Amino acid sequence: MTGSSVPLPDLDATRALAARLAPQLKAGDFLALIGELGTGKTTFARALIGALGVTDPVPSPTFTLMQSYETPAFPIVHFDLYRLKTPDELDELGWEDILPDSLTLVEWPERAGTRLPPHRLTLHFALSPEGIRFCQIYRTPP
Amino acid sequence: MLILGLETSCDDTGVGLVDADKRIYANLVASQLEAHRPYGGVVPEIAARAHLDVLDSLITEAMHRARIGWGDLAGVAATTGPGLIGGVMVGAMMGKAIAAARKIPFLAVNHLEAHALTVRLTDSVAFPYLLLLASGGHCQLLLAKGVGSYRLLGQTIDDAAGECFDKGAKMLGLGYPGGPLIEQAAASGNPTAFALPRPMLGRAGCDFSFSGLKTSVRVLLQGRTLTPDLVADMAASLQQAIADSLADRVVQAFKILEAEAIQPTAFVVAGGVAANQALRTRLTQLATAHALPFLAPPLDLCTDNGAMVAWAGVEKLRLGLVDPLDTSARPRWPLQQTAL
Repeated sequence: MTGSSVPLPDLDATRALAARLAPQLKAGDFLALIGELGTGKTTFARALIGALGVTDPVPSPTFTLMQSYETPAFPIVHFDLYRLKTPDELDELGWEDILPDSLTLVEWPERAGTRLPPHRLTLHFALSPEGIRFCQIYRTPP
Repeated sequence: MLILGLETSCDDTGVGLVDADKRIYANLVASQLEAHRPYGGVVPEIAARAHLDVLDSLITEAMHRARIGWGDLAGVAATTGPGLIGGVMVGAMMGKAIAAARKIPFLAVNHLEAHALTVRLTDSVAFPYLLLLASGGHCQLLLAKGVGSYRLLGQTIDDAAGECFDKGAKMLGLGYPGGPLIEQAAASGNPTAFALPRPMLGRAGCDFSFSGLKTSVRVLLQGRTLTPDLVADMAASLQQAIADSLADRVVQAFKILEAEAIQPTAFVVAGGVAANQALRTRLTQLATAHALPFLAPPLDLCTDNGAMVAWAGVEKLRLGLVDPLDTSARPRWPLQQTAL
């Protein structure tokens, strides 16, 4: 699946991608969700968190900066760093403590600067010129 | 019965002093005081440390301005959730420390309940009332039945309405906060220029959804140059779509209450979204159609502030709902669980 470009024409396609990815994830994994506003980052995060067994609503974390969820396997923490001013503010959110033991989904990971972990899976969401959503997936380091 | 209220659950540090006669002695929000030297310039937005740095001087300043001393306080109220745990702990610990030192009651306030009760500080409204809480971070329809007694009728399943305004404004290059800027741009635009969806329209229940609306704006703007006309038309279309969606959900809430023969005393809108005149007009019409007064507290009491927390403290203390000093801060605290 990595290194590929997946078209996501509708919500079902987003859910299908989340369902394929979910069984491969474990505690300590870090998913960077990149893309402009309205390209589907939160929608994917919602689908993935749902695919991992969370039945509660998954609200946008833009305002709260983070939302956490318990699953039988591992905790999931969903960050949105859109409102972050400096990477130092990550300390206030417990960033260092959360990452090793949780599955971490991060929107706007660019704002974390040098605090991004070196090993991560990046999902880059975008719209084609025709307005079709797609997602490029790649692993760091490759 | 003078109560000190502390609000530290999100970006702003707020300190308020309010009594049972609804007099607001002081209502200071640190982010508005950036120019004031003693507070050291710009307050970092989310840092708990920033709340810690500013809270004691803000309390001192509020009490100084109100010309009151520690002995005048009947109690101290602090937001103990929901919110960012670091900030919430700062306010909660400060509140408990004051309560312990002065031997006065401590009142643990739910941030959402403080928003919900604000209208009773500004207007004389009796329970039950229908409340739309719509801001950058919240979007809920509630029946406020009493202090500590709320029924959640619906909430957003993704983004808040205010967030939709903010992100729409961002995509249109308008800046922040989005609500007033969208409204300004929409004034010269055509609200039917773009066929945006009305999420949840006609669906059962009162839940909201705004994420798809945001995506539609993104798709329609794809590859286009942001001319003033385009921005105006999109702003007008987006504002109309948000208004239609909100209105549809509110009508659903009225229907649910009618079906159960529950007669609210008023329709109350709290939160920054009430500042948008187009939305306000629309919601006022809905209230009028149901023969209900439309009430929206002024904006400075609708954004996060200490006076609303102090007022919630007044409401709790009047009922004897005092909290122990080992009350813990709660990052998550749904409003329907306030009366535990």
